Amino acid sequence: MDVSIVVNGKQVTRDIEPRQLLVHFIRETPGLTGTHWGCDTSNCGACVVLMDGAPVKSCTILAAMCEGHEIRTVESLERDGRLDPVQQGFHERHALQCGFCTPGMLMTARALLDENPDPTDEEIRIAISGAICRCTGYKNIVSAVRWAAEHEAAAKHGDGLRQEV
Amino acid sequence: MATTENLPTAEAERPIGFGRLKRKEDARFIRGQGTYLDDIRLPGMVHGAMLRSPYAHARILSIDTSRALAHPNVAAVITAKDLETLGLAWMPTISYDTQAVLAGDKVRFQGQEVAFVIATDEYSANDALQLIEVDYEPLPAVVNARKALDPDAPVIRDDKAGQRDNLASPLWEAGDKESTDRAFAEADTVVTRDIIYPRCHPAPLETCGIIADFNPATGQLDIYNGNQAPHAHRTVYAHVAGLAEHMIRIRCQDIGGGFGNKVPVYPGYVCAIAGSIVAGVPVKWVENRTENLTSTGFARDYVMRSEMCAKDGRITGLRVNVIADHGAFDSTAQPTKFPAGFFHIVCGSYDLQASHVQVKAVYTNKAPGGVAYRCSFRITEAVYLVERMVDALALEMKVDPIELRLRSFIAPAQFPYETTTGWTYDSGNYAATMQVAMDLAGYNELRREQAEKRARGELMGIGVSFFTEGVGAGPRKHMDILGLSMNDGADLRVHPSGKAVVSISAQTQGQGHETTFAQIVAEELGIPPEDVEVRHGDTDRSPYGLGTYGSRSTPVSGAAVAVVSRKVRDKARQIAATMLETRPEDLAWEKGRWYVKGDPEKGALIEEIAARAYSGEELPEGFEGGLDAQVIYDPPNLTYPYGAYIAVVDVDPDTGHVKVRRFIAVDDCGVRINPMIVDGQIHGGLAEGIGIALMELLSFDEEGNCLNSSFMDYLIPTALECPDFELGETVTPCPHHPLGAKGVGESPNVGSPPAIVNAVIDALHETHGVEHIDMPCTPARVWAAMQGRPEPPQ
Amino acid sequence: MQTPAPFDYERATSVEEAIASLQRLGPEARVIAGGHSLLPMMKLRLAHPEYLVDINDLAELAYIAEDGDEIVIGALTRHVELLKSELLAERLPIFRDAEQVIADPVVRNRGTIGGSLCQADAAEDLSAVCTALKAKVVIRGAEGERTVGIEDFHVGPYMTAVRDGELLTEVRIPVRPGAGSAHEKVERRAGDWAIAAASAAIWVDGGKIADAGIGLAAVGPTTVHLARAEEVLRGKAPSEDLFAEAGVVATEDCSPSADGRGPVDYKRHLAGVLTTRALRRAAARALHQEA
Repeated sequence: MDVSIVVNGKQVTRDIEPRQLLVHFIRETPGLTGTHWGCDTSNCGACVVLMDGAPVKSCTILAAMCEGHEIRTVESLERDGRLDPVQQGFHERHALQCGFCTPGMLMTARALLDENPDPTDEEIRIAISGAICRCTGYKNIVSAVRWAAEHEAAAKHGDGLRQEV
Repeated sequence: MATTENLPTAEAERPIGFGRLKRKEDARFIRGQGTYLDDIRLPGMVHGAMLRSPYAHARILSIDTSRALAHPNVAAVITAKDLETLGLAWMPTISYDTQAVLAGDKVRFQGQEVAFVIATDEYSANDALQLIEVDYEPLPAVVNARKALDPDAPVIRDDKAGQRDNLASPLWEAGDKESTDRAFAEADTVVTRDIIYPRCHPAPLETCGIIADFNPATGQLDIYNGNQAPHAHRTVYAHVAGLAEHMIRIRCQDIGGGFGNKVPVYPGYVCAIAGSIVAGVPVKWVENRTENLTSTGFARDYVMRSEMCAKDGRITGLRVNVIADHGAFDSTAQPTKFPAGFFHIVCGSYDLQASHVQVKAVYTNKAPGGVAYRCSFRITEAVYLVERMVDALALEMKVDPIELRLRSFIAPAQFPYETTTGWTYDSGNYAATMQVAMDLAGYNELRREQAEKRARGELMGIGVSFFTEGVGAGPRKHMDILGLSMNDGADLRVHPSGKAVVSISAQTQGQGHETTFAQIVAEELGIPPEDVEVRHGDTDRSPYGLGTYGSRSTPVSGAAVAVVSRKVRDKARQIAATMLETRPEDLAWEKGRWYVKGDPEKGALIEEIAARAYSGEELPEGFEGGLDAQVIYDPPNLTYPYGAYIAVVDVDPDTGHVKVRRFIAVDDCGVRINPMIVDGQIHGGLAEGIGIALMELLSFDEEGNCLNSSFMDYLIPTALECPDFELGETVTPCPHHPLGAKGVGESPNVGSPPAIVNAVIDALHETHGVEHIDMPCTPARVWAAMQGRPEPPQ
Repeated sequence: MQTPAPFDYERATSVEEAIASLQRLGPEARVIAGGHSLLPMMKLRLAHPEYLVDINDLAELAYIAEDGDEIVIGALTRHVELLKSELLAERLPIFRDAEQVIADPVVRNRGTIGGSLCQADAAEDLSAVCTALKAKVVIRGAEGERTVGIEDFHVGPYMTAVRDGELLTEVRIPVRPGAGSAHEKVERRAGDWAIAAASAAIWVDGGKIADAGIGLAAVGPTTVHLARAEEVLRGKAPSEDLFAEAGVVATEDCSPSADGRGPVDYKRHLAGVLTTRALRRAAARALHQEA
């Protein structure tokens, strides 16, 4: 069947089997391999992307179900050579090691801050509780999301965001 | 959306050398531009999938692949028969055992590899698995390590000539029985405990996988495979496949975590290689999560009985008997001369009078493995045992567990200290580190809070562990794996512009080598770390070495980089002497520059020296030109990091649910090259330790069915189970490491489980008389222990 | 990774079309909404539907509203909406209790109340919630609508009263004065299925418990309705002793089986503890005494 999905602002169309999972569509059709998978049972969160702005597990959605919806992946975060504050925050606060969970974590964090620009540590922990990180023990991820929140708030008041990655 | 702007960076954040330098590798990962195995697509590539045994123990009567072969997208189906013709039906394990690549005669664990399908795409390959018909005759399964030794237990390894029981190893001993008997006879307190370190799994977030690309025209085999030891893998493939080693190239791209799981060679890898040789196209095989949990290297599974004794208020002796469950094939990871790995560093941090350790390994109908899950060759089991035993002894003696440790520690003046099992600890000041942890935790205040809560019926526990590890294997004279010395190479080239490439044999899986190793070169040569490219993970472009596991990167490979940098520095000195028209011995070094002693204005920067080294100008007599060097580093000893950990837990008195409220970790890993990365390593290991202590478990029913075969049942801590870790440090430089550094990656995983279990028991002992709970301390187990009942089977 | 076996897919644009598709396709068709129970089962090859009818476009089934003396919830309402609903937080706080511990926030963005109830997994939380609240569900077929009490909806493990060719469209919850409700759960780890969970609702009138509802998850082959405990509570003033008594009944009237989450005696014990806790909190809410 022909499926047409807006991925990172671009219409992507392909003839696929109905059973194709969204994560495979994203990785194979536009070739965006930043979205990973780590389990078969929607427990790990490595595959999180935004669907119409809300984080979802792309291993547990059929690509066919996304026809007409907008998908955002980690590749969309950087715009015009400018990192998203969550990306910068992960670098500043050493919130990644092997990097495998990072795209899912970044998208989950982006959605959190879009909805709640000033989350508490506990709110951050709840928001990322559907994603497993095997490397960081989460402490620096929480710190990175706080960093992003603070810098987004500062940016709104005219302060700049440092970029050095 | 925020605007971006380049702001000046404080000097302190951009050290030339050691310090909290942010990571170079982040740039690709935060953009989703990492290249993991499954991200690689080669032209003409096909996909493999593995058919696995549903039985733990069964004879294979027949395999019918005809329906699978009839599938329009299936290119080939490989069985043991096909591999036999290629001589690939069995492969050696890293413990000198053999393992079936595909089962031919019988299956020996649930999930064992039976047939390998190659199809045009992953979905079709998975479909074709369901079209293969295998006729099995089920056999009784052996799933319990103790029962494996019953005289009437079915013999699992009847493929091995002369094997009439399920013993996988001869009895292995360390320490001294006689003096230990004497210590116990003279003791005034003795405690005995049966302690299990259960089977768990490293479960890196990226599963294992491979792309094998054999070129029949050239005979070249290209392998893409995220593994922790690419050079050793290449040697193994050369032996297994009979291919010339120089015609094999292994590229380890970015690796989504390893934690020991990506050390071994797995049957799927061999099948993909065989598939590519047969099909003549690249074959990709990536295991799914169930395959990862049920067939690749597990960790631990030690059934231990131990006695510890004390005299005059301090610990004096230790006895340990272990049955090690190695599963169906003995592929436990350990240096050849240490058949139970480093288990016999079991004396802990204590000045014992005597100790005696016995370990025997058995075969069971469970997946093979015994890899280190963030652990140096069974040190984790040893530390857990000894730290649980010290607490048991403290309870018996009615003395504070920290007090007993302080009384029994090896004193600073005793280093280098030879343990009663024959290891030489390099350095330490244990009491000082313990004190830092107590201060950070507010230990006395916590005890007061506990007493108040107990009076209100609330259950709070404070648990302590103090570990010493021996990491960084290892000295060539003592340590090898499959005959390969556990050394590491480094190759440093400084280019004419003063920028450098350092090639290393360690393989990063998230440890940040691209940053840390650049910092080592920066520290030694004064070249800014951003001007040092760290190259690794490609056997064609890096020197030989045994890879990254057992906390060996910094102790071995890091030392190699320091030594090779110093070699280059010495070379630079010769050249600088010519440039400055003086003698080398008249020059002094400051970071990045040789200058004339007594005339500091007169000197040459490292980049000036590099330019000269490649120039047409005069060089020292007999000098070949260029500024480079290479080394193989053979460590004189292991490094011995240590630490004091304190866990604070709350136990729900009605449900048995355990919450880790605080975790204080004070590590002494010697000199820290990048303290930010060290802290990150510790955070991650603590989370794993919480998992192991509270939820991570591979369990089996009586038929040998694995009950934790997906992330629905193999539970890994989320952000909600991990507290805001509180870290501290002391620094006792390693006396024999060129940088004074010790390994650290595994310390938090090694040290945290006993602290948490000790805390749970501390919460329950006074009110409920609980003396021991085996991990994981699930709500059901804790509640059962509170009722004074035997633990429920899991 | 594991992938589902082939199937055909249709995307419904109206309830009528969905029902027509289900009728046409017969017993091998399954409805897919959030898909977070069904798709993992299909990937593990434990479920093999030949057809999937996607109802995610049926916006008319996504709502939370008051309708006379009932609160009505459309079957396609997602967990996240149940969690965030101010109406539910005020009138039926048990939903917020449960939704905070159902799976994880990302899964909650997709999973639906209809899917949860139709999965009919005994460990599922919302079935216990609806049992405690004495909810009714509306099932629509080609011949029209029928309303079924939650008691009669779950007919066995993973089996419901929804017949081939029918669609669950709505959950209706009676609203009565003096209500308080709460949900309590013990899990091995955040996001895990319950070891045991208890949902309780009470309706207080003149200082006495006029009516009570209790549902338990994960301690029987299906959701457990604690009718005998409800009877114990009715007509009596709320008290710690009374809730403890109901807890004892809970330990007796559940029928858990042993698994990796725990043995039978532990689950029975939890059923009692959690029933008592849920009643305590429900009463505090009914009496506006919640801390």
